[in-house]
Amino acid sequence: MRKIYFDNAASTRVDERVIRAMEPYFGSKYGNASSIHGFGREAKEAIENARKIIAKRIGARAREIIFTSGGTEGNNFVLKGLFFSNYPRKNHIITSKIEHDCILNACKWLESLGARVTYLDVDKEGFIDLEQLEKAINERTFLVSIMQANNEVGTIQNLKAIGEICKKRGVLFHTDACQSFTKVPLDVNKMNLDLVTLNSHKIHGPKGVGAVYIREGIKITPLLHGGGHEKGLRSGTENVSGIVGFGKAVEISSRKDVEKMEKLRDILIEGILKIPNVKLNGPKGEKRLCNNVNVCFNDIEGESIGGYLESKGIFVSTGSACASHTLASSHVLRAMGLSPQQINSSIRISISRYTSEEEVRYFLKVLPKIVKKLRRFSALR
Amino acid sequence: MNQGYSKKVLEYFLNPKNLGEVKNPDGVGRAGNPVCGDVMEVQIKVREGKISDIKFKTFGCAAAIASSNVLAEIVKNKPLENAREATYKEVLKELGDLPPLKHHCAILAVQCLKKAIEDYEEKLQRNN
Repeated sequence: MRKIYFDNAASTRVDERVIRAMEPYFGSKYGNASSIHGFGREAKEAIENARKIIAKRIGARAREIIFTSGGTEGNNFVLKGLFFSNYPRKNHIITSKIEHDCILNACKWLESLGARVTYLDVDKEGFIDLEQLEKAINERTFLVSIMQANNEVGTIQNLKAIGEICKKRGVLFHTDACQSFTKVPLDVNKMNLDLVTLNSHKIHGPKGVGAVYIREGIKITPLLHGGGHEKGLRSGTENVSGIVGFGKAVEISSRKDVEKMEKLRDILIEGILKIPNVKLNGPKGEKRLCNNVNVCFNDIEGESIGGYLESKGIFVSTGSACASHTLASSHVLRAMGLSPQQINSSIRISISRYTSEEEVRYFLKVLPKIVKKLRRFSALR
Repeated sequence: MNQGYSKKVLEYFLNPKNLGEVKNPDGVGRAGNPVCGDVMEVQIKVREGKISDIKFKTFGCAAAIASSNVLAEIVKNKPLENAREATYKEVLKELGDLPPLKHHCAILAVQCLKKAIEDYEEKLQRNN
């Protein structure tokens, strides 16, 4: 049976061109970038080339990019590193209730060390309230951390407006751009961003590599101490092949991919909403990530929809309590005001530039039958 | 393997034969709560002290759908006193086990059936 992968917000297929670019750095160009001989220099050169590509994409300077092992490390580094360099003088962080677990759990841990954290509410489409944000800033606030686009519902926050508030009030502004990088324009100067977390495996690059943009002059304590790599901010021998792959993935991503995904996303949304008693979670149009669809099918459970879809070769993700190994239901959908029952009835479909219209049409043909069948024997009807 | 379930669980999940409604049921049981995830309703028909027909309606995951479907199969055409004794372990055995996190689905199905049998017996007493 053919496989249709609709879980690209979880991870993506590595592009062939990325694999080819990485390949030499395993078998022949395997030097340590810290070595001063030829092997070292070619590794170093490759890393610096990737750094330039990534910096350019967000309007930064190459020296402001620090490579990491991915989004989780990047977000932990920003939150903890800034806490350690600001505490005890300043101890207050402002974030939102719909951030990724690596932000929320790092914040919770910092609270146990003396941090104070404000978790901003979101409205029913997942947007934060700028007034609430501005009111939350006080003289001990050192950081506002708001994700650019949400991983579950695709809501794109107004970073420019948030950046203006942060600049006016003199607090640092960080965004977790793991889901949105290369999909939504990001300019660190226009948006007054001081720190940005990026990663590779959501954009057809390899897993295990990411980057953090840190505006020049910002004092931040490293998480990893050692040989002083990455300007002493992230010690550890660089993941040369990974970094090369990350750079290539950024280089080949284009506006055309985004337009293609937007078109398919809207065909999906329109087609799914033809099924009775279905609700779209998150906004429509340009404020929604180009590859995200999240819908609530009232009266039936997300995991069972996912199971039936998988039996037809289609792979999606569920926001349901039952689906994850923790049985904890989505904090994002909860913050948007969905009832536990609606949360359990929601699924996420996330596409990529490899998704074809034909795959989308097949999905839209299969889905209504599944929903009808499951509803026929639902105890909630 | 689909969602980490056994072949048997998937078969019961994807081709449920005992889900839906019974015409003029003699007993109805309902268990679970949408807040924690699963809700089941079972309708039974009783003839000469035996469960002559049984259908579940289930809101839940694959494990919940498979568990209710299998329990119906186990107790169908069985005398009430035997049906009442059915345990979640029998359900698990018939399914070739479920992930430990999903054992509650089998327990829920058994609770639901017990309620339907009680409902039937209460109605019987009231009518006598």
